[in-house]
Amino acid sequence: MKRTQLIFSLALGLLTALSTVGCKKSPKGPTYIPGAPTRAPGTEPPFGSTTPSGGKPGNGAERPDLTGGRPNVQDPGASGTPINPINPNGDPLALSGLEMFENMIMDPAALASYTVYFEFDKSSVRAGENGKMEEVAKVLRTGMADKLLIEGHCDERGTEGYNLALGERRALSLREYLANLGIGPDRIRTISYGEARPAIPGSTEEAWSKNRRGQFILLKPKPLK
Amino acid sequence: MPLSSLAAVCSILLGVGSARAEEPVELRISKWADPSKLIPVSMSGFSGEVDSVVRFDLGIQGFSFVGASEAGYLITGSNSGRVEGHVLEAATKVHVLDRAYSSGSMRIQAHAFADDVIQAVTGKKGISLTRIAYKVDAGINNEVVVSDYDGFAANRITQDNALVFAPAWAPGRRMLYYTSYKLGNPDIYSHDLTTGARQIVARYTGLNTGAAISPDGQRLAMILSKGGSPDVYVSDVRGGNLVQLTRTKEDESSPCWSPDNQTLCFVSRLQGRPSLYTVSASGGAVKRLMTPGVANATEPDWSPDGKSIAFTTQRGGANFEICVVSPSRGDVKELVSGEDPSWAPNSRTLVFSRRSKGSRVLSLLDVPTKQVKDVKHILGSSSQPCWAR
Repeated sequence: MKRTQLIFSLALGLLTALSTVGCKKSPKGPTYIPGAPTRAPGTEPPFGSTTPSGGKPGNGAERPDLTGGRPNVQDPGASGTPINPINPNGDPLALSGLEMFENMIMDPAALASYTVYFEFDKSSVRAGENGKMEEVAKVLRTGMADKLLIEGHCDERGTEGYNLALGERRALSLREYLANLGIGPDRIRTISYGEARPAIPGSTEEAWSKNRRGQFILLKPKPLK
Repeated sequence: MPLSSLAAVCSILLGVGSARAEEPVELRISKWADPSKLIPVSMSGFSGEVDSVVRFDLGIQGFSFVGASEAGYLITGSNSGRVEGHVLEAATKVHVLDRAYSSGSMRIQAHAFADDVIQAVTGKKGISLTRIAYKVDAGINNEVVVSDYDGFAANRITQDNALVFAPAWAPGRRMLYYTSYKLGNPDIYSHDLTTGARQIVARYTGLNTGAAISPDGQRLAMILSKGGSPDVYVSDVRGGNLVQLTRTKEDESSPCWSPDNQTLCFVSRLQGRPSLYTVSASGGAVKRLMTPGVANATEPDWSPDGKSIAFTTQRGGANFEICVVSPSRGDVKELVSGEDPSWAPNSRTLVFSRRSKGSRVLSLLDVPTKQVKDVKHILGSSSQPCWAR
């Protein structure tokens, strides 16, 4: 079942990728991502008896009616349009299970030159970073068995708990951006380090601007013996 | 083992005079009812560690030390072999406390005496024998540490060589919840400090953090990003029966519980800047908790008496202030520089962290009197304190 879903979305990703080849424009506005799970299939990882049990599907209590809970917040970014895409249901793109990323080799060097930098307290992708995103997408289109780990980082100008969430939101924004470029979001895992792993130590504007970042780590399948 | 057992072990009554101590209770409480007024006391007879422990404990719980002629209460005692202490009310010459302590270290006996002074003079329970949990840097990683509230008797709880965040106590239990990157992902663990048993309660793809156990000990609030954005969820204390409470595109963080277990307060960027919001623990509309005049509110902690939510506001740069807001009236008070406040069980003292020369230290704040004392800095850069209550 999970394998079928993976292959299905990989195929869709390829189709979408082919249809967007040659298009250099950055994605604008909400874009429906076909095949993207709106809930997390298999997000419950095996961990013996300590496995967390997820909510029961179809349980009414699972989806409380939130009058204030589904805003379509417009980011007042460069273009005035929301850069973070969301699907028409307004639901973010749920994450695949951790087991989908096991037994892969991390290659931090492959995409190291495409580290994306963010504005202070923002998680939207700046227009100037589009080229890096296109390059990362290109690599993932070429290596269809490869996956991606995106690290979200913050500068020190935030409280620790808040920065942990902001770093995750940044990593997820990059993931959504790649999904809009046709990369299957179930190939992408995110991890936030908050302000705990600065690229440059110090309390200067230069250090801060280099620390508000998203780093891409290519995940390669282990070679068969 | 309940947290209070430490107090029970060492406050065995040996002295006499407790009957005399009980009569003028009404008079004393009315005289020192205003918690923002420091209670002037004089103290003599103690030495060394016992003297400094009692001064620290009383100094951060609303007392000031003055000469005998200005004192409202005269504290005398000795610490040869065991701690013995006496409190005389200056105006009435009534002995309000005569007590000796028989077991535990001299340090614990001194804390127990301080709490007895506070109880005898104010009628309120002291916090001198409480504990705090926090994270301490260890190289590029950090570990969870538990110590007495003043920083002494510190013990490392984790040895994971990984990042850890946000240790939180299960109310009334020797049990911590925290986020650890031990398995390569920020996962939430429960950790029984009595047995040492650890369990993973949330290990979903993405962020699992901000664990907060409800005051009745029945439910766990946390931040998960498995749905594609960091949102507030509640579950049972083992992570089961998961319910998603917010569905925002923006990131939520730092949930905390109201004392009646009904409401959660948390941080969201729903309207642009980080602000405080509330939601019913059983789901429903998300409401803004206004903090007039104070922007960028994060890290709320609801006082056990329900009257006050402490939080952090950010000024320019990496400058943070501790504030409190009344959830019913909405008036904000700015207190001191610092971040990530956590209430003591007495609903008047806060522990918080502050940045100092590239490191972080923990301090205590007596909110009504604004007295501040540093937690003993033993193990290195320390932050994200949580007070056991």
